[in-house]
Amino acid sequence: MENKKGFNITFYLLILPVLLWLIVLIVLPHLDLLISSFQADSDSGAKIFTLENYTAFFKSKIYWLTFINTAAYAIGITILAFIVTFPVAFYLTKVISKKYASFLALLLLIPLWVGELVTVYGWMILLGDHGVINEFLLYIGLIDKPINMLYTNFSMSIGLLYISMLFMVVPVMSTLESLDDSLIEAASDLGATKWTIFTKIIIPYSMPGITSGGIIVFMLVIGDYVAPDILGGKSSLWFTEQIYNEFLSTFNWGEGAAFGFLLLMISSSIIWLALKLTGQKLERVGS
Amino acid sequence: MIRSLPNSPLYKYTYRFYVICFFLFLVMPLIAIAVLAFNDSNFVALPWKGFTLDWFFANTDERTGLLADDGLIQSLLISIKTAFYVATLSTVVGIAAALLFEEEKFRFKGLLYFLALSPLVIPGVILGISILLTSTMAGSYLEEHFGWEVEFLSPSFWLVVLGQFSFGATYVMLLVGARLKKFDRTLEEAALSLKATRLQSIWYITIPFLRPAIIGAFVVAFLISFSNFNTTIFLIGSDPTLPVDLYSRIKFSSTPVLNAVSFLIVVFITITALISLFINREKK
Repeated sequence: MENKKGFNITFYLLILPVLLWLIVLIVLPHLDLLISSFQADSDSGAKIFTLENYTAFFKSKIYWLTFINTAAYAIGITILAFIVTFPVAFYLTKVISKKYASFLALLLLIPLWVGELVTVYGWMILLGDHGVINEFLLYIGLIDKPINMLYTNFSMSIGLLYISMLFMVVPVMSTLESLDDSLIEAASDLGATKWTIFTKIIIPYSMPGITSGGIIVFMLVIGDYVAPDILGGKSSLWFTEQIYNEFLSTFNWGEGAAFGFLLLMISSSIIWLALKLTGQKLERVGS
Repeated sequence: MIRSLPNSPLYKYTYRFYVICFFLFLVMPLIAIAVLAFNDSNFVALPWKGFTLDWFFANTDERTGLLADDGLIQSLLISIKTAFYVATLSTVVGIAAALLFEEEKFRFKGLLYFLALSPLVIPGVILGISILLTSTMAGSYLEEHFGWEVEFLSPSFWLVVLGQFSFGATYVMLLVGARLKKFDRTLEEAALSLKATRLQSIWYITIPFLRPAIIGAFVVAFLISFSNFNTTIFLIGSDPTLPVDLYSRIKFSSTPVLNAVSFLIVVFITITALISLFINREKK
């Protein structure tokens, strides 16, 4: 049986690079993150086991307040992203003619691929005291002095929403595309109101897409640094900023690792909860 | 409510108005960037002072255009180089992973697949710091015990490539895997029964079938790498990539030259998107 032998060689050729990728770049680094979070330098410079990095977090009010604030914002932005984008996803898949839909769907992808830095920079230009929006409102005489929008929680939320919301649209559109129009027609013929059709047919049907989108949006927002740092104010409490500081400014890697591990824990547990509540598997998120 | 059902005009126009507002919201920052890239002013702000190409070509004491800005050009080139290596590496390993999980049966398959998907839900910051911790530890271990100085284990170009590859491969795996699900297995079985080895059948039958998905996945991995900031910032050595360079300039010294380079990125992405739309139309 020649084939059988060839089969084995192929199998090892395929699994070797995959194992290298997953063990060296995913498993070992995260184990190291966990170990480092329990380590500190002793006076002699050797690594010792300690709980200090975690007690520092719980003792200092600013740290856990920031942590809670970040998680709350991430949940809020995820819900907002759903509310803002769902009508658009529905419009593109079910209302507008197919000809325009593919063009508009393409337009949705452009800000996504242009990258966060560029679009956040765009919002900075728009929202500044002498930014495009203020200058325009002054010009048409609607206001007589600039409104302070940049470097506030408002501008931070706009930025976070903008960079993440398109990741909600794409999976929702792909589930809505497979929704058979005749279901909606039948309900309508039987006298169902729009609200009933919406809550009893459309939402339940698109739940898998909403869950995938919600998970990606939540993960992007809770781990984002650029939008809070550039658009948020000095007082914006954002947890990734603490991690950046620990690693890149104060070089307290042990504490940084502990903070990183806490962030990983909260994001994984909320994602796990979302999957449990909607009865889905992680495999669906990727598709 | 949908195309085939009648609606009241009020409902129809309110809905259309909302969608128009959404798209305005979407393009507003991009338009602001584009317009101010051509403003004859030293500040990134209105009022409009006339049209100029200075922020692309000028090289005077007062204004440094994009072409004269060596730092910016340098970081642009580094980004392209990084993205090329990341896309190549991700494509090769991503294809292997897609074939492995779609076609092979083995122990711990579920666990491995879970790990391969995990970069989708791990924040980029976490990947960045954990890879930094591990490479630093491995580097100091090798130096202490063997006296080897392994350059790519300290923050550098290759560490950035490895860091971005760690999640790039996941996207390639998913895109190629989606196409592989539509593959007719009898073609491979036919090749095998005609005495082709399994490797031959993959190379001559499966890979050509996957080609459109592979090209698409390469482009996606390239773009993901090109715009990445969160993971890159921790692994970067002395040469910044474009997003890292943009970040420090936005924070400390923004001039309209940033608009010029951002404008070019937007144009490049738009053209790529239009080409992909065109190719998809052709296929239909």
